[in-house]
Parts: sequence; C-alpha cells; structure tokens
Amino acid sequence: MTGGTPAESASPVAAPRPSTLARARLATTLLAFGLLTLVTCLLAPLVGSSHVSLARAFDPSIPFADNVDAQIFFVARLPRVIAGALVGAALASAGVVFQAILRNPLATPFTLGVSAGASLGAMLMIILGGALSLGPWSPVPLASFAGAAGAAALVYWLASSTGRPMSGAVLLLAGVTLNAFFSALILFVQYLADFAEVYRAARWLMGDLDVGGFGPIVASLPLVLVAFGLFALLPASLNLLSVSDESAAARGVDVVRTHRVAFVSASLATSAAVSLAGPIGFIGIVVPHLVRLLVGVDHRIVLPASALFGAAFLVACDLAARTVLAPVEIPVGVVTALLGGPFFLWLLVRQA
Amino acid sequence: MSLVARQVSFSYRPVPGRADARVLRDVDLTVRSGSVTGLLGPNGCGKTTLLKLLSGVLTPTSGAVTVNGRPMAAMPRREAARQIAVVPQETHPAYDYTVLEMVLMGRHPHLGLFQIEGPADIAIAREALAATSTAHLESRPFPSLSGGERQRVVIASALAQSTDTLLLDEPTASLDLGHQLEIAALLTRLNRQRGVTLCLATHDLNLAATVCDTLVLLRDGRVVADGPTADVLTSRAVRQLYDVDADVRFHEAAGRLTVVPVAHAL
Repeated sequence: MTGGTPAESASPVAAPRPSTLARARLATTLLAFGLLTLVTCLLAPLVGSSHVSLARAFDPSIPFADNVDAQIFFVARLPRVIAGALVGAALASAGVVFQAILRNPLATPFTLGVSAGASLGAMLMIILGGALSLGPWSPVPLASFAGAAGAAALVYWLASSTGRPMSGAVLLLAGVTLNAFFSALILFVQYLADFAEVYRAARWLMGDLDVGGFGPIVASLPLVLVAFGLFALLPASLNLLSVSDESAAARGVDVVRTHRVAFVSASLATSAAVSLAGPIGFIGIVVPHLVRLLVGVDHRIVLPASALFGAAFLVACDLAARTVLAPVEIPVGVVTALLGGPFFLWLLVRQA
Repeated sequence: MSLVARQVSFSYRPVPGRADARVLRDVDLTVRSGSVTGLLGPNGCGKTTLLKLLSGVLTPTSGAVTVNGRPMAAMPRREAARQIAVVPQETHPAYDYTVLEMVLMGRHPHLGLFQIEGPADIAIAREALAATSTAHLESRPFPSLSGGERQRVVIASALAQSTDTLLLDEPTASLDLGHQLEIAALLTRLNRQRGVTLCLATHDLNLAATVCDTLVLLRDGRVVADGPTADVLTSRAVRQLYDVDADVRFHEAAGRLTVVPVAHAL
C-alpha cells in the first residue's frame, strides 16, 4: 500500500455531502463563536440597573472620583465581565477535557473532587481563618486554590498508585468518594461556625462573579493561561482517547502522558476558576453538550468552541443575574442552572 | 517489512523470581511480508497480549519485537503507528463520530501536532472506505451501524493509517455468519490485491483455514506449533489446543480445510 495517493482500486464514489474540510469548519465555527463572545462581552458592561453613558465614562476631563459613569463601568461592571469570561471559558473547556479522558459525557470539572476541595479550603479560611491577612492577597481565593490543587493531587496520586496509571474507573470512584468526604468535612466545619460565618460560607458556595476589582483576575490569569496552553496540545489526542486507549496507542498517541497533561491542565483551569468565583455549576457540562449538538463531536472544534461559548454563556448568565430582579441580585450559579437546564433539555428532546 | 518477535516474554505485573506469572513465555514469531498469519489458541493463551506486543502498545518484559530489524521498544509511538495498524476486537467510541471522522483518525500518525487533515488525507480515507465497501456510510454516525458495517469501518480506519501491516484481534467474533464470510473475503482481497500483510488472532478455525497461509498455535503462553496452514491445522492440533476431538478435512466445494468439532475430549 502506498502512503500518499489513493490506489487504483479507488472507485469514483459520489459523496453523500459536500466535502467539508475540518479546516474550513474549524475556521467558520471559531469565527462565529468568537463574534458571539466578543459581542456579549462588549454589550454586558453597558447593561445594568443604572444607565451608563460611555461618552462620560471615557471622558478624561472629569476626575475619576467624580465620574459616576466611569466608576460603574470600570469598577463595578468591567471586572465582573472579564471574570465571567475567564471562569466560563475555563470551566467549559475543563469539562470537555474531563469528559474525554474519563470517556464519560456526564463528567464535569467538579466530578473528581476539585470543587469540593476548593470549597473546603474556602470554608476553613472563612470560618477558622478569622482576621488572617496576607497583604494584597485575599486569603479565601488562596485557600480555595490550595484546597482544589490538594484534592486534584490526591485523586491523581490515588489513581496512579494502582499500577494501572490513570484508569478512568479509579479516577471516577476516587473523585466521587472525595466529593462526599469533603462535603461531610464542609458540613462539619459549618456546624462549628457561628451564624454570620455560615451565611458568608453559603454565599461563597453559590458562586459570585463580583470579584472586587482587577486584582483577583490578574492573580488567576497566569494559571488559566498555562492551562489553555496545555489544552492546545490535546484535541487530536482527545478524539482518539475517546474511542479507546488501546486504539489511541495504536495510532501513535502516548496515552499515559496525554492523560497526565489533560488531567493537570483541566484541574489547573478548574482550580483557578473556582478560587476566583466559587463553584459555579452547570457550565462545565451544559456548554460542551450544547456545542456538540451544534458543531459535532470533533474535539479540535469542540474544545476551542466550548471555551468561547462558555465565556459568552457565563457573561450572559451574570447579566441576567444582575438585571432580572434588579436591584436584587440572583446568585449566578442559580441562573446558570435555571437558564441552562431547560434549554439543554429542550435541545436534547428536539434532537431525539 | 518484517515483523519479528524473538524470545518474547511478558507479564502484566512482573513478580521477581516468579516466572509462572508470565502471560507469554519465550515466544518466537515471524510475520512474513505479504503473508496472512493466524494466531490460534484457547481463551487466555496470550493471543491478544501477543498482538499488543507486536503493535508496540505493550513492551516485552524480556526479549524483543523488531520491525525491519529495529527494536519496537526504542521506536516513538507515532513512528510505530506508521508501520503497523491495529483493528481491536470491539470499538465503542464515547461520542457519536461520523464514519468519515472515524476513518480520518487513522491519519493521526501522519499529521503534525497542530495539523488538520487536508484533501489528500480525505482522499485516502475515502479510498479506504471504498476498499471496504463502506463508502455509502460516510456521513452516518458510527454507533448507528450494524456490527458488520462497524467492523468494516474500523478496518477502513486501519487502512487509512497507510501501513504495510494490519493486526486484527478476533475480527469476526461478534458477527453473524454472513458478516463473518464478508470479513473473510475482505481480508483475502486486501492481502491479494493490495499486498497488505495481515496477522490475526481468532477462535474461528474455519476463518483461519479460509484466509491464513501461516498459523501459529499458542497454549499457556507458549508457541506449540507453527507453519503453513495445511501442515499445522490437524485434528491433533485442535485436540492439543482445545481438548476437542475434531474432524479436519479438505472440503471440495469450499476449496480449503474445514474443521468440524465432534466432541469434547475429556
């Protein structure tokens, strides 16, 4: 058999559909999702319970301290939109990666205990940390990142000490068990706490994109960027791994190394997202599935499209959270589930 | 192209000093270029493990597998995948890839890290679909196919890998009689018309008699006999492998040996 050209036995088969090159599909799909994300992120800071005049916000002749429009735009809304885009993109792509390496469409970024670890870290800091101050660093995100990274490391260690490195079944069982264990510890810590602390802790668990300025965003940006750099190496291998480890190996994929890179990058993205905004559920499962319903299952398209759509989806959900019952705000995690759930079910039923 | 195993032993969890934990023991095997080699043996005799060693997915505990004289263990995975393609026993993708997408995955070892398959790759994939009579299924979701169609698409995906050698694990195991014969005819055609070297593990002695020119018999991780099919496939061999008394004779109409199991020998 020759490597380059079709052999003489090739018959002129009429293609049942026009030859859609993955390259062309990738370009048009990413362009469409990119535009959607861009428009959402540009419109979101303009909408809210009080009107903002862009002309005034960007007027350099008005001192910032007196410029209400600039304060609302730059302090209250812009960081929130950027945080939403960052967290949405990170959770959606981490969901895609976990679903591929666990070969399980129901996996989420939180399946392996990362968010429970993050929550436990945050609870401990809120309730036991008291007035602990770490200079410019806010202690709660640091503690939740430490909890998330610790949980991921623990699951990784458990799964790779079984002799069969990164077995999907062991990862899932270890993750589910750790989730339950950490949740019990969280309840125990809350039981010991006083009323005000429990209220703060409960609010943290609902997820909140009001991160309080650009500082926390800048702190988590490098982590998210490293994770996305690693994600870029994965999509073709994820396609093969989601068929089977064995056939992926026979097609030239280094299965063990790819599993490691995938696990580490997806855990890093999840940890950074949760430490920034708390455990916002549903993004990591609903966005990848919506994207698959729209563009097919090729990870080379699904992964970047999910990152873009995740950003747009969470920014839009947060916009709804800020405006629907204004001036009262709904926790954004509630909105993601309330909006995403029925829409997802409608799409599922329509497809079937 | 020569694929050779020399004194290959393998254990999934090596225990020092316990040689009996080995799944395969001192196996010597040569897959001749252009041949159709059949691996026969009872359940658990090490056929599947031997195929994984031959494809380089597993590395021998001792001994070596070489491709054209080069040890497989020292070869990067992508390079090995450009030499040898594998058709696994069953394929259950986690997502609904289309048939064309499944076949295009065979191009993976020929593409760079950020390279997406182009018109030449699609032409190779379509040609592989045509060679396995599955061109009309191109845009169907893979899970919607019948068992026989699926197996032919998986073979097409291995063909799209553009290798000289194809390793197949029980290619007809879950198929009905019609599809079994269809796959047998396809394998013979691939070997005769395209010169693809085939090595298949199978429980189906009549399939082996139909398509294989060379047989290797395995029992308890050892090679107990090997050679041309006509010499190796005997009622004695069937008894030795499966403890079954069988009638092995040349069938005029089929033009080949046929195996009729008569009774369990114990």
